[in-house]
Amino acid sequence: MLLRHTPEKIAERHALTINPAKTCQPIGAMYAALGVHGCLPHSHGSQGCCAYHRSTLTRHYKEPISAGTSSFTEGASVFGGQANLLQALDNIFTVYEPEVVAVHTTCLSETIGDDLPQIVDKATKDGKIPKGKDVIYANTPSYVGSHVTGFSNMVKGMAMKAEHTGKKNGKVNIIPGWVEPADMEEIKRLAGLIGVEIILFPDTSGILNGPLSGEYKMFPEGGVTIDALKSAGDSIGTLAMGEWCSADAARYLDTNHKVPCRVLDIPIGLMATDRFVDALRIIAGVSVPEEVTHERGQLVDMISDMHQYFFHKKVALAGDPDQLIAMTEFLVSIDMWPVHVVSGTPGKAFEKRIRELTADLPYEVNVKCDQNADMFLLHQWIKNEPVDMLIGNTYLKYMARDEDIPLVRWGFPILDRQGHQYFPTVGYKGGIRLLEKILNALLDRKDRDDPETSFELVM
Amino acid sequence: MISAHDNKAPADPAVIKEKILTKYPPKVARKRAKQILINEALQNETPEITANVRTIPGIITMRGCTYAGCKGVIMGPTRDIVNITHGPIGCGFYSWLTRRNQTDATAPDAQNYMTYCFSTDMQDKDIIFGGEKKLEAAIQEAYDLFHPKGICVFATCPVGLIGDDIHAVAAKMKKKLGDCNVFAFSCEGYKGVSQSAGHHIANNQVFRHLVGNKDEGKPGKYRINLLGEYNIGGDGFEIDRLLNKCGITNNATFSGNSSYDQFASAHTSDLNAVMCHRSINYVADMLEVKYGIPWIKVNFIGAGAAAKSLRKIAQYFGDQELIDRVEEVIAEEMPAVEAVAKEVRPRTDGKTAMLFVGGSRAHHYQELFKELGMKTISAGYEFAHRDDYEGRHVIPNLKVDADSRNIEELEVEADESLYSPRKSEDELKALAESGLEFKGYEGMIPDMENGTMVIDDLNQYEAEQLVELLKPDIFCAGIKEKFSIQKLGIPMKQLHSYDSGGPYAGFQGAINFYREIDRLVNSKVWGYMKAPWQENPELSATYVWE
Ligand code: SF4
Ligand code: SF4
Repeated sequence: MLLRHTPEKIAERHALTINPAKTCQPIGAMYAALGVHGCLPHSHGSQGCCAYHRSTLTRHYKEPISAGTSSFTEGASVFGGQANLLQALDNIFTVYEPEVVAVHTTCLSETIGDDLPQIVDKATKDGKIPKGKDVIYANTPSYVGSHVTGFSNMVKGMAMKAEHTGKKNGKVNIIPGWVEPADMEEIKRLAGLIGVEIILFPDTSGILNGPLSGEYKMFPEGGVTIDALKSAGDSIGTLAMGEWCSADAARYLDTNHKVPCRVLDIPIGLMATDRFVDALRIIAGVSVPEEVTHERGQLVDMISDMHQYFFHKKVALAGDPDQLIAMTEFLVSIDMWPVHVVSGTPGKAFEKRIRELTADLPYEVNVKCDQNADMFLLHQWIKNEPVDMLIGNTYLKYMARDEDIPLVRWGFPILDRQGHQYFPTVGYKGGIRLLEKILNALLDRKDRDDPETSFELVM
Repeated sequence: MISAHDNKAPADPAVIKEKILTKYPPKVARKRAKQILINEALQNETPEITANVRTIPGIITMRGCTYAGCKGVIMGPTRDIVNITHGPIGCGFYSWLTRRNQTDATAPDAQNYMTYCFSTDMQDKDIIFGGEKKLEAAIQEAYDLFHPKGICVFATCPVGLIGDDIHAVAAKMKKKLGDCNVFAFSCEGYKGVSQSAGHHIANNQVFRHLVGNKDEGKPGKYRINLLGEYNIGGDGFEIDRLLNKCGITNNATFSGNSSYDQFASAHTSDLNAVMCHRSINYVADMLEVKYGIPWIKVNFIGAGAAAKSLRKIAQYFGDQELIDRVEEVIAEEMPAVEAVAKEVRPRTDGKTAMLFVGGSRAHHYQELFKELGMKTISAGYEFAHRDDYEGRHVIPNLKVDADSRNIEELEVEADESLYSPRKSEDELKALAESGLEFKGYEGMIPDMENGTMVIDDLNQYEAEQLVELLKPDIFCAGIKEKFSIQKLGIPMKQLHSYDSGGPYAGFQGAINFYREIDRLVNSKVWGYMKAPWQENPELSATYVWE
């Protein structure tokens, strides 16, 4: 047993987090920044955080993740990090020649109280930022929120680049939230099919699922450009996917540039995708093409074909709030029962949403989403109320093995499987893939466990 | 844009060094010039390199931080200590199971907390009002849940800044709990210039709070400690298998497949065998001064090196029985290794490698490449000190800078009751005369050929330049470097955590490594970089579809 010390009896904990269902802000900011064209993320703090964030993103995306660091040692920690950041910006623009540097703080520079806008301002005045180049930034103290918060803060940093000329550009801003590069690609494909011009930010497609060609480009072709971000202030509207990872940026554009916004769920599963497509159609005043309706029908077809295997199967979930809300809705829609849900990312609305979505179920869901909501607690819940399936990141594999429960890997980080950067889970196509994964996990398990007498070719 | 497949490589390392430096602002170039060395070490003079200095802000470094060296490297592989990271959630999260340290906790009653991640998950109110209360409560909660023998506390960056006294909290809790050893590490990320500072801090505290606590170790006639072996991918298991086979007892590994009691009884062993010089030489020295245990440098990476290390250990104990047994084991193990080498060598001979990793691995793995007929044309360490490059004789001349001064040097003296010299002065002298070197490490540079490039704290831009200009057949570094190198069409092997696979230590390990390198340098995939229409873009004729 790999988690042999986890007791069935649940004792209240206030101070100790065990097996967290979240990580820290800067990694989210770093991931978001990679979705800007020609952008080098920069971590303002000691180099260890940057190394950890790069390593984890690399292990998940299986792609090079470049990022600078201010490399604080004790001196900077005492006297402040301004000198380090000024020097770093100078070196970065000289050596790596990015279009944009996206600076985020770490708990170190936050605790010292380094003032990013002031330092960036000084760097501009000192000529450390070459003409035509840009710096965006976000405050990402790790002792507030989680990696999702950091992602959201950097996306807001992008929105702060928006300008307002008074002349509409006819485009729709889409803020996709923390999804895979393949998901961003799928959102662009759907918008293309529907015939809506969009500004997608961030956009890591083409950057974090690039080809192997014998060439290394530190800055691949993809990503939202600074020009596109500037023009986001002239868009006809913003669709933000996910209250936790995207809403702040959308509301910023609404308040500051009068670009009206709607906050939707991440389009995972049938209903959330329906709402996304419907919103896009209405905002752009177009009709949905047959091709999209056809894809939808295929997803519905698959739900009906496979329903007997899904019906009333119990699921435990760990992950990030926006993803979990969408997934819970999807599972309920195919008559599966989410029974335990944890997210380390705090936010009041979460528990309420999950309860609403599971209101028709014959029992009350275990749901928790604050800083003591961790995978240790999830495991204890499972010991008390077993489930048929686990859905979440790679760290759940220990629990899956100990309790002999099939695991569908989904979310962040996935360190031990591949393909997630290429196959979307959003949209109708993504829904089909998710169903396939869920079904395979259940049926592989059945094939393994069935006695010889009932082992069947046609299941 | 860089492509590894253009042009022919310029052979002259001086030109390459020049070319690398031109891109930097002048101040940076001056600093980097001292960390890039063209090896002329064939004579007795080892050239001087600058190492263990601050990373330049903005430069995309391979390095990590002090916390990573302390909690991640040294304490991480010990299964029955509850390691609590005091700080916001990230540091604890990232150091959770990511180093591939294997451990054997299969005994039914064995404790194993390595699969757990413990953190105080500090929130902004803890940063503002201080986190000592929360830490105290976290230790209590951990104790109530698990009743471990030991609880260790690790400070992250903000903890040092807000001034939490983690040592006072640990001492208080140790007293309160009674049967649990609680101690702490001031290993804030910014404390040093790299992971290296964390190794030192970890070594100090393990020595101070743990070593010497248990007067009985594993029984055996020839009892050693293996220092600086972290059991990545099962390396330590393979070394233990060999030692067992020879009749040598490995009392304690620091810190692979390790346990509380192993550390606690390390002072009862008769020899310390040091693998990773950088991360652990501190403990070796302190064990010698306080308890009288001599140390020798060993290397179990490479079949030849493993054989040599076993012979050294046998030579130290000096019993003919053991010496014969070691020869028997080597004779038994080698044929399988040689058979695989023979099979693989036609496909690896003459190929070239670059190694940029760790504080000892970039040296050790050159042995394995030699056995494959491969030459290391450039190498360097991520966080070594000058002694790891040039040999321990430079230690007295090392300049201590502000960053190193931060790290406590333990004052160690001979223990009144426990000090006992394992060998007499005469015996040690005789052994030295017969070729066994104590407290010795020659460093990496003397082992590398003339004209090779030795580079400290390599960064991403330089890595690309080196690959482009020298076109190695394989590049070895860590996960952060892996994919940018592979995009260039060059296979990249991780040597911190090995990607997948292992062990690579000992004889079985050598076989694994030969096969792995054969796979990597001869994979068909590197031939797929260009599509047919990119190879021959010009259409010379149009075809009529029949
Ligand atoms: S929690 Fe803070 S110190 Fe730790 S990795 Fe995250 S930003 Fe760095
Ligand atoms: S070589 Fe480096 S990474 Fe490896 S064990 Fe030694 S100090 Fe650690």
